[in-house]
Amino acid sequence: MSELIKKAAALLESKSVQVVIGYGKGTGNRTRTIFATQVTECENLIFDSRCVQNLAVYLTKLEIKKLGKPAIVAPVPVLRSILQLAVENQITESDLVILGITSESELIDFESFAAIETFLTTHKIEIEEKYTKTIDAIKAMPVAERFAYWVKELESCFKCYACRGACPLCYCTRCTVDDNQPQWISVASHPLGNLEWHIMRAMHLAGRCTDCEACYNACPMGIPIHLLTKSMLQDVADNFGSYGPSLDKQNTLSSFKPDDKESFIR
Amino acid sequence: MQTENYLIRKPSLEKLFNDLIGGGKTIYAPKAKGDLALFSDVKTYSDITEDYIVTANSAKLVVFPRTEKLFSYHKSKEKTEITDAAGSTFPDVVLWGTRPCDAAAFIPLTDTFNGDYKDIIFNNRRERVFLISFSCSRSDEYCFCTSVNSGPGNTSGSDILFTKLSGGDYLAEVITPKGQLLVSENSDLFETKSEEDKEQQLAVVATRFNQVEIQAKLQNLFENPVWDDKSRACLGCGSCAYVCPVCSCFDIQDEAHGNKGTRLRCWDSCGFGLFTLHTSGHNPRETQGARWRQRILHKFLYVPNKSKIAGCVGCGRCSRSCPADINILDTLTSL
Repeated sequence: MSELIKKAAALLESKSVQVVIGYGKGTGNRTRTIFATQVTECENLIFDSRCVQNLAVYLTKLEIKKLGKPAIVAPVPVLRSILQLAVENQITESDLVILGITSESELIDFESFAAIETFLTTHKIEIEEKYTKTIDAIKAMPVAERFAYWVKELESCFKCYACRGACPLCYCTRCTVDDNQPQWISVASHPLGNLEWHIMRAMHLAGRCTDCEACYNACPMGIPIHLLTKSMLQDVADNFGSYGPSLDKQNTLSSFKPDDKESFIR
Repeated sequence: MQTENYLIRKPSLEKLFNDLIGGGKTIYAPKAKGDLALFSDVKTYSDITEDYIVTANSAKLVVFPRTEKLFSYHKSKEKTEITDAAGSTFPDVVLWGTRPCDAAAFIPLTDTFNGDYKDIIFNNRRERVFLISFSCSRSDEYCFCTSVNSGPGNTSGSDILFTKLSGGDYLAEVITPKGQLLVSENSDLFETKSEEDKEQQLAVVATRFNQVEIQAKLQNLFENPVWDDKSRACLGCGSCAYVCPVCSCFDIQDEAHGNKGTRLRCWDSCGFGLFTLHTSGHNPRETQGARWRQRILHKFLYVPNKSKIAGCVGCGRCSRSCPADINILDTLTSL
């Protein structure tokens, strides 16, 4: 990725940005995020199939914002998150430079968020068949069995909130689960507390989640929590016709339109 | 006590397991889940996996559960009735398949719960735990037990340590009187031991740093760019603390339902933004860098200053589980 390195170095050299957020070599076969503030550090940038962490998560973090204007290495899942963050007014065009990377690992420039949206129209979110099959099987279970399935799956959850930490869209400075006056959901990691947390997390991401799987990749216990968000994506598509970030349509579930269907009111 | 050596044949392991289950013990052992192994409540011997370096979760859950009821209360017009959980009957637990690092962790963990206040619930649970550890024949780049006074065949903390020998049978080192009792109760399974070389069966774990030197360096490193540099990618989750076999910070939560409720002790982590946040809104550890410093200083300066040993056993779980690949060895070796 010599082209990426050259481009990143040039951005720092010209002082167009103060930091380049990208992927570097990690321990074992893993990658680790690099925050390059010096031209020489750009040499450590890499991009390959192991680079799956969603770097958009750093755009809203206080410690990273302090470093100054960033350039961010953005493969397709990161681009989706950037667009959704733009929809939610968390980032502005002039405050970052996007080092886009296509699915063919080619560099691509984006002059605006609208350009990202245009690009993404040819890169729609697609839920793989292995997941749709699992989700269909879970949905076909009788209620009691489905409930037992999730209680069992969430049994090993100890509420470390890595799923929350890794998600670019979990940027609330104070999460509902951390509120205690009043306490909305149980903080304890018992079966009820675990269920409450994961249901709340999935619901809060309904219509916003861009299916990057960062939550699942971060979970130290290997719990398939991405099945919940994938299922929500399907539900949003079935009921509202589309999913995926859109500057024009705004948030599917939190935008009111006079011609919205009201068939759910009984 | 003097360690006594025995030989246990491979098939006898299963028999020992079944005898313990038959005797009413709860057994926590490594069970495969996808690519991971997790300490789980296991009832059937065949559910145990041998394919793991260390489990993803730590064995501390049997003495320091993620959620522990301290007491329950019931209010009526006349009085408030309190039922102290310390009076509960705690299960007899056998930890099967702990690694030497896991067993060693019980020493600093027990210290923490026996400082100025002797924690009755913790001690009641601890007394009922029996540790059957298995030496390590494999290690990975995240392991550093030999740098914190442990090692792949270390016996500290275990009641019995099994080491797999080249023929497939196991060397059984009996370390405590509790261990000796188990052997005498199952004497048909244990044979008098020959002098086979244990060392050659063990994984090689290189020494990565000198703990005493690290402790000395940390005295003067409170203000240092290393904390921000090494924690920049931190996502502010509690994964490192929750998989750690030594981390023991907790938070108290009350759960009320009408006129009754419970007080719970729940795990807490220095990685969280809420950690040590004052009511006033001030937080002495406002950034992830300050929180990462707290984690390192606690384990390698504060704990050793107090009790000579580190608050870390070198299992490497924190580094393996970190979603941002923040590596504790990387920080320690760069000081």
